[in-house]
This record gives sequence, structure tokens and C-alpha cells, in this order.
Amino acid sequence: MRQVITAMNRKLLRDLWNIKGQLVAIIFVMASGIMSFVLSFGVIDSLELGRDVYYDRYEFADVWASAKRVPEGVKEQIAEINGVAQIETRVTFGATVQVEGMDVPASGRILSYPDEREPLLDKLYLKSGRLLNPDEEDAILASEAFVVAHGFTLGDHIDMVINGKKRSLKIVGIALSPEYVYSLGPGALFPDDKRFGVFWMSRRALEAAVNMDGAFNNVALRLSRDANVEEVKAELDRILKQYGGLISFDRSEQMSNWYVENELTQLKTTGTITPIIFLCVAAFLVNVVMTRQVATQRVQIGMLKAVGYSNAELAAHYLKMVMVVVVIGSLLGLAGGVWLGSGLLNIYSQFFRFPYLHYTYSVDIMILSVGFCAAAATAGTWIAMKQAADLPPAEAMRPEAPTEFKETILERLDIDKFFSFLSRIVLRQLERRPIRAFFSAIGVGFALAILVFANSMTDSMNYMMDVQYNIGNRETILLGFVEPRAISALEEIRLMPGVMKVEPLRDIPVLLKHGHLSKRTGISGIRPDPDLHRVLDQSLKPVDVSGGGLVMSRKLAELLGAKVGDMIDVDVLEERRPQLSLPIAAVYDEFVGIGAYMDIDRLNSLLNEGPVVTGAALMTDPNWNGPLYQNIKDVPAIISMAIMVRMREIFEQMMDENMMRMMAVYIIFAGVIAFGVIYNTARIAFSERSRELAALRVLGLTKGEVAYILFGELGFVVMVAIPMGLLIGYGLCAGMVASLDTELFRMPLYIKNDTYAYAVIVVLISALISFYLVWRQVDKIDLVAAQKGVE
Amino acid sequence: MLDAVNDKNMVFKTDAITKQYGMGDLTVHALRGVTLEVPRGELVVLLGPSGSGKSTFLNIIGGLDQPTSGDVHFEGHALADMTDRELTYFRREHVGFVFQSYNLVPSLTALENVELITDIAENPMPAKEALEIVKLKDRLNHFPSQLSGGEQQRVAIARAIAKRPEVMLCDEPTGALDSETGILVLEALQNVNHTYGTTTIIITHNAAIANVADRVIYFADGQVAKVVKNDHPKDIHEIGW
Repeated sequence: MRQVITAMNRKLLRDLWNIKGQLVAIIFVMASGIMSFVLSFGVIDSLELGRDVYYDRYEFADVWASAKRVPEGVKEQIAEINGVAQIETRVTFGATVQVEGMDVPASGRILSYPDEREPLLDKLYLKSGRLLNPDEEDAILASEAFVVAHGFTLGDHIDMVINGKKRSLKIVGIALSPEYVYSLGPGALFPDDKRFGVFWMSRRALEAAVNMDGAFNNVALRLSRDANVEEVKAELDRILKQYGGLISFDRSEQMSNWYVENELTQLKTTGTITPIIFLCVAAFLVNVVMTRQVATQRVQIGMLKAVGYSNAELAAHYLKMVMVVVVIGSLLGLAGGVWLGSGLLNIYSQFFRFPYLHYTYSVDIMILSVGFCAAAATAGTWIAMKQAADLPPAEAMRPEAPTEFKETILERLDIDKFFSFLSRIVLRQLERRPIRAFFSAIGVGFALAILVFANSMTDSMNYMMDVQYNIGNRETILLGFVEPRAISALEEIRLMPGVMKVEPLRDIPVLLKHGHLSKRTGISGIRPDPDLHRVLDQSLKPVDVSGGGLVMSRKLAELLGAKVGDMIDVDVLEERRPQLSLPIAAVYDEFVGIGAYMDIDRLNSLLNEGPVVTGAALMTDPNWNGPLYQNIKDVPAIISMAIMVRMREIFEQMMDENMMRMMAVYIIFAGVIAFGVIYNTARIAFSERSRELAALRVLGLTKGEVAYILFGELGFVVMVAIPMGLLIGYGLCAGMVASLDTELFRMPLYIKNDTYAYAVIVVLISALISFYLVWRQVDKIDLVAAQKGVE
Repeated sequence: MLDAVNDKNMVFKTDAITKQYGMGDLTVHALRGVTLEVPRGELVVLLGPSGSGKSTFLNIIGGLDQPTSGDVHFEGHALADMTDRELTYFRREHVGFVFQSYNLVPSLTALENVELITDIAENPMPAKEALEIVKLKDRLNHFPSQLSGGEQQRVAIARAIAKRPEVMLCDEPTGALDSETGILVLEALQNVNHTYGTTTIIITHNAAIANVADRVIYFADGQVAKVVKNDHPKDIHEIGW
């Protein structure tokens, strides 16, 4: 009579129970791999979907342009451009926002809100409060980021200076706009929500405030699907030229979108490469562990074959074992991935201000990750099972024959006498089974490598920040003027309290063109031999701008398809809009941004201007910050003030909030994987040797001596694994850094010794804990039972 | 599948089987041409010094190993012609093995170790009955580690007989046991042989055991030295150990 649970299945269950510690470890390794995979792709997919939905539903425009003042009638002319599907004209104006307690006033950008209808493009998502009533004069909608940064609430009044007039405006609604997912103030390198806010005001009220009746100074276009973007832009520029139009731009140059894209690219790079590495490592480890687990059952496999079990039945038996691991590991990984993913997405929703952000997970990704691990585990088991099953049963049942005796390297070198008897046993074991030792070491090495990898991202980022803000730019404050000033203006600043050094800067917005490629950016005029505002290449050498031509970052040169010596067409996007042609004098490797630099005097003379500055780099005494800020506040010509310490904070915060969040999760996974692998390696080594160790105990070796033999071997494996893991880790980092190449930044390959040390310490602690757990097993070796032949 | 064709009285016939193992540079000749017949229902003892080829011979006729040359016939079927699948089936349905080191599954109880076989054999006896035959019915739920060596070996015998095999192949079943326990084990084997007529081949070092056999085959240096027929086999309790 057949039973419901066959003896084989009961064997399976009990065997599984016996190695539960190891199974839990493998399950966690596998779950970690799957989790990081599902989590990363889920978050990235959700963010991309969130962005697409947002842009789509809120009619994010395709092309924008600004001008000085354009009569509303010109709108019809623009609407007739071939390819324009929708048009919205706006009035926009810069404002100074006075917030109590701030050293310097914040900047604001006010946009008009149509009076009798919703905007056609770049619609607002009302987070709370209400929209504006037609002609409502003293009410505004404020961007959520600014409101949150300052702790404003609905009904609060904000003091603003618009067009020279001070106004107190009431916040009636808090809004999000696809146009300002990120908002950058004038002169800012990064979004700073405290110092820059976006506001919306009734069109007619704003027109009245800034004398724009019947006119607009900004236009947004939605293009038809088949429109030629470049042609539309060219036509739009032609129309707006006589109204003081600046060069139009499309989504790729739109500041907020540029940041969104860069941040997503960054996240995608780390969020794709890391989980792939983790999944591969996890799969490899599950494979190694399952192989060895099955190999320990060699004698039983021989017996089962002898009594009439077929290979297929045995394969099914051991595959069930794998399936238990795969099923539990997968469920845990998938559930954990979805859970952590939606949690992480929640955090990201504060960073990317998309109104719709729902966690979506792709079934493909789940199937792929589970399938990958299942295949690796199955392959490992299958190979081990096949090896055992292919042996004639009579041979499989015999304890493995003593390996052929060969002189070890110790004896050949005649240095064996320097080693104790026990050490010689250890070394011989290693030498006779080099492949097994090698695979164990690779496993531990990979675990160590991903620890190095996960932590190195922070190192590289910090190093980049140091180069950018501490080593390169030595100024403490960067000032920007409303419009170009004579260099003598710097004298006034030099006399301010706490100012120790002042250096002139001249920034111009430009469109760089080379062949059919073009890029909007800025050219910074700096002194050839600066003390403060220095541009460093990746080897930390100051970039030399004395040659007279353009010096640009490699990334920018790449975007323009240009090299040293090439002539670049420069359209200056200012006042008289001159067009220049300049050679590239040098290209340098820069970590942050896509900068272009020139000698300030040369730049001024090319522009036919005298010694003019648009900004200044200051070195100041921090003790005088208060009076200095007050002084700066009182100079109306200063439109922006970047405090370098604060800039660094913002950048770090940005990194922390974005990429580093995911990295923090990876570091935990890496730790789990490392421990899982080492524990399993130790545990399996013990079960492979338990009979032999029992025999040695019977011969009179102490527990300590037996443990020395076991742990000596494992210790050696760990020692080999450490340098191997450090090398692999370095390789993984190098690969990641090479692929993290956005316009926003290029990562340097920089790994602190602390990171290596941390990884090694985690591995060593894992090893010690594992040794302790296995030691308790050594302690329990039943000498009598071992000799009776009971395994 | 294995219906007999000729030599109905012979369970095994071997013809000049040899077996060589390569061990590094030197070749070991485990068997150097063994030609033998084993009649149905007999209790056969293989005697001989270590390395004389007894175990190799047993493994080959049991389908656990392949000869280097020569033929083995089980009830008229050449084992050499069988596929791996057929050999598995042959072992599952027709051969009961008992090994010196018991080879029980440590994670299964006595009863469950026997059920390993009754789960897959075509016409098994109930596992409990098999354990009753070896006088272990009160140890059904003990794990191997809770049983003495002799008890473990009797579980192994129960596991072997539960499938109602044509032949029992026992490789030094008492090798690791003291005399008293050894007698219990042999008693169980003799009992099976007498009750069910199961052809039983036992390897031993103990010449005294030869007295209980119908036939004693002496191995020496990979060959059969002599075959002695015993017309009056003794009962296990009559022999001195």
C-alpha cells in the first residue's frame, strides 16, 4: 500500500530540517539577490511611469522660449508654425522673496496663470488649497518644495519684491508643475528649495504688476507627433528675434527635465548594475552551496541506487530539495522586494515630486530573477547528483578512497619540518583538493567584493565632492550680479567685513555648435592663475586657460563631437547676441557638470567689452558671516549668493536622498550574502569531514586539535578569499564608475581604505561566528556513533 | 521482463568474468576469469582472504558494477545487455543487498528505511512484516542512531527481503558485529532462505559460517580456488563462532 508521504519524502523533510541553518542561509542569499533585483527595477519602472504619466496628463510642453516683450497678437503667428499643436503664452518674472530668518533673500520665479481657464500646457497639480480666481490680485499659488522647505501653510503671506515694488501675497494653493519638478535659482548649481521658489499669479494681476498688458514674454509649445523639433525652434527664434527673444529650447535642455533625466539615469545605472551583480553572485553561491550539499550525500545516493532507485527518481528527490530553497527564497525575495520597493519609492516621492507615484512591478523581472536563481540552484544540484549517480553504486557507497599520495609542495621544498603535524594535515588537504578550496575562496571573495562595491559608491561620491568643493574651489562664497558690472565693483565687495580675497568671474550663457551637434551651456571667464575659483582635472591639476581658446570638460567635447584644435561656433545668448568662433585649446576630465572656461580678459575683449564681471568668488572669514551677509543683502546688484558649504550640503543631500538610499539597502544585502556564504562553507566543510574528524578524535586528538584541522583549512580559504575579493570588488567598482557617466557628473574611481577594511571585517566576523557555530558541532561529535558508521 | 529461458535451476551463471581497476600507474586485477553457477534456493558462502575478489564478484552479479570482460547471466538474461534502466529495475525487483556498513538512511526510522523499498517495489510485503521477520517489530520507530549495530543490520536485511527478491547478496553482513549479534543476523538470513527459498549469497571471513551453507565457494587471487558442496548444512545455532 502506497503511503501519502513516501519514505523518500520523509527523508527529504528530515534532511532539510537537519541542515536548516544552512538552508536559511542559502535562502537569504537567494532572497537578497532577488530582492535587490525586484526592488531596483520596480522603483525605476515606477519612477519612469510616474514621470510619463505626469508629463502626459499635465501637458508638459515640448518647446519653450523667452523674450523681452511680445505682443499677444504674435501668438497667432507662432501657432501657424508647421508642427505646433498647442500654444500657451505666459508672463514670467523674477522676484526677490523675503523670508524672515534668512541671511539673504530667496529668489522666486512668478509665472502667470490664465484668468478664465486652465493652462493648456504645463498644467498645475493642486496639492492643497484652491486655484486662483480671475483677477485675484494678492493671492498666489506656491510650489510645494518651497512651501515645505520653509514650513509655510495655506493662508500665510509672503513678502516679495516684484519689479521694484514690495508686495505681500497670500498663499491660497500649493501646487506642483511638470515644468518645475526641480527648480534651480539663478546662479545655482543644484536645486535649493530654500533659496528658490516658483509661484503662480493671475495673468492680469501679473501683467499689471510688471507692465506687460497685452503682451507675453514666455511661450510654451506642444508639438505634433511628426513635427521637426529643430525646424520649429528655428522658426520660433526667427519670429521672436525682434522681440528680444532668447534661443528656444526643447525638453532635453529644459532645466527641470534635465535634472529628472540625469537623476533617473544615475539611479538606473546603479539600480541595474548592482542587482545584476548581486543576483549573479547569489546564483553562483546557491549553485556552489547546493553542489556541495548534494555531494555530502554521495554514500546515500549510492545505496539508493543499489537498492533500485533510478537516476530519474533520485534527480526528482534532490530537485525537490532545491525547489524548497527556490520557492521559499523566491517568495521571500519577491515579497521583500515589493515591500522594500514600495517603501523606497515612498522616500523617492519626496525627491522626485511626481503627483502620481504608484509602485509597479513587472512580472517579467520577477520571473527573470526567480528563473535565474532556480536555474543556478538546479544546475548545481543536477551536476552534483549526476556525479554521484554516475559512479557505480558500489563505488559511491564506499567512503571516498584516500586520495593518491603525492608529495606536497612542502615536502618538495623540504620545508615541511617547519610545520607542525597538524599544519601539515591542513596543507595537504588543501593541496589535494585545490579546486574545492578555490571555489570556496571564490564564493567568500565575491561576498567580500559586493561589500566593497556597495560601500565604494559613497567613497567615490565624497571624493568627488572634496575635489569639487574643498580642493578645487577654495572660495567660500560665489556671488552673481544682476547684469554685467565694471570690474571696479569688486572693490566695493573687497571692503565688506570678513572678505579676505575677491576674484572676478564672467559667465555668459551660450549655445555651442560643432557640425550638426550643439549644446546649451555657459562659458566661464576666469583668471588664468586663480587662487580661489580653480578648475581641476581628475588628476587634481588646475586647468590652464591662458592659451586663449576654450577649455572644456571631456563630456562636453564628447557631446559636441569635438576635439582639441576644433573650431566651435559660439552663439552668445545675451543682449547683443554676438556670434564667435573659438578653438578648443584643451580638454580636461571633470567630475561635475559640463563646463567650458576661458581667460576672462580674452573673453571680455572678444565680446568687445571692457573689464566686466558677472560675479565674484570670495574667500571670507566665517566669523564675519553675519555682518557680511547683511552687507551683501543691501547691494541690489547682487542677485545670487552661493555659500559653498551649503552647496556641498545640498549636493550630499541630493545624493543621500537619491542613489545612496538604494546603496544603503544594498549594503545590508551584501552583509547577508557574505554571512550566508561563509557560514555555509564552514558548515559543509564540517559535514564533509565529520567522519574523519571523529576518527582523529578517537585516535586521541583533542577537540582543539581537531578544530585546528577544520578551521585551519577554512581559515586558509578565507585568507585567500580576502585579496581575491578585494580585487574583484575593485573591478566591480571600476565597471560601475565607468558606466556612471551623466551630464550631471562622472564618478571617480575612489575606494577608501576604510571601505576595504569594513568589508574585510564583516567577512572576518562572519567567519568567526560561523566557526563558533560549527565548533559547537565539533563539540557534539559522537565518537561511538561515528565509529559505528552512522553518519 | 526477466522470465527464465533455460537452465531453470541456475539463478546466476558467470562466464570468465574479469575486472581490472586502474589505480594511477598500476592496474589491479580484481577478478581474473571467474566461471560459476549458483543454483536456485541455495545458501552460498563466499570465503577467501581480503582482496581475493569476493566483493567485486558480488557487486558484478548484483548489477552494481560492470565486468571488464566476460558474461553474467541472471535467470538466462545477460546483465551486460541491460540498459541502465533495466539494471535499476533488476536491482529493484530481484536483488536484495545487505552491506557490511548497513547503509541505512540516518534520517529515517527503521520502518521508514524499509518503506524506502516497499514504496517502489512491485510486490512487496508490508514493511512491518519484514521487520517482524528479523524480530524488530518493537523497534519500528527507532532511528538508526538509536539502534545497535546488529539491529541496524537486521533493518538492512528487512529492507532487502521486503521486496521479496529472488536473491539476497550480503557483503560481510556480520563483519562489524560481535558473535552473538552476528548469529542473530545470520539466523535472520537463514530463516529467509529456508522460508522463502531465496537464493542467498554471503561473503564472510569466518570459516565457521561455511557450515551452514549449501555450497562454499573459495576465492583466491581473483579466481575461484574451489567449490565445496555441503550436503548437510547445519543450523546456525549448531556452529561454533
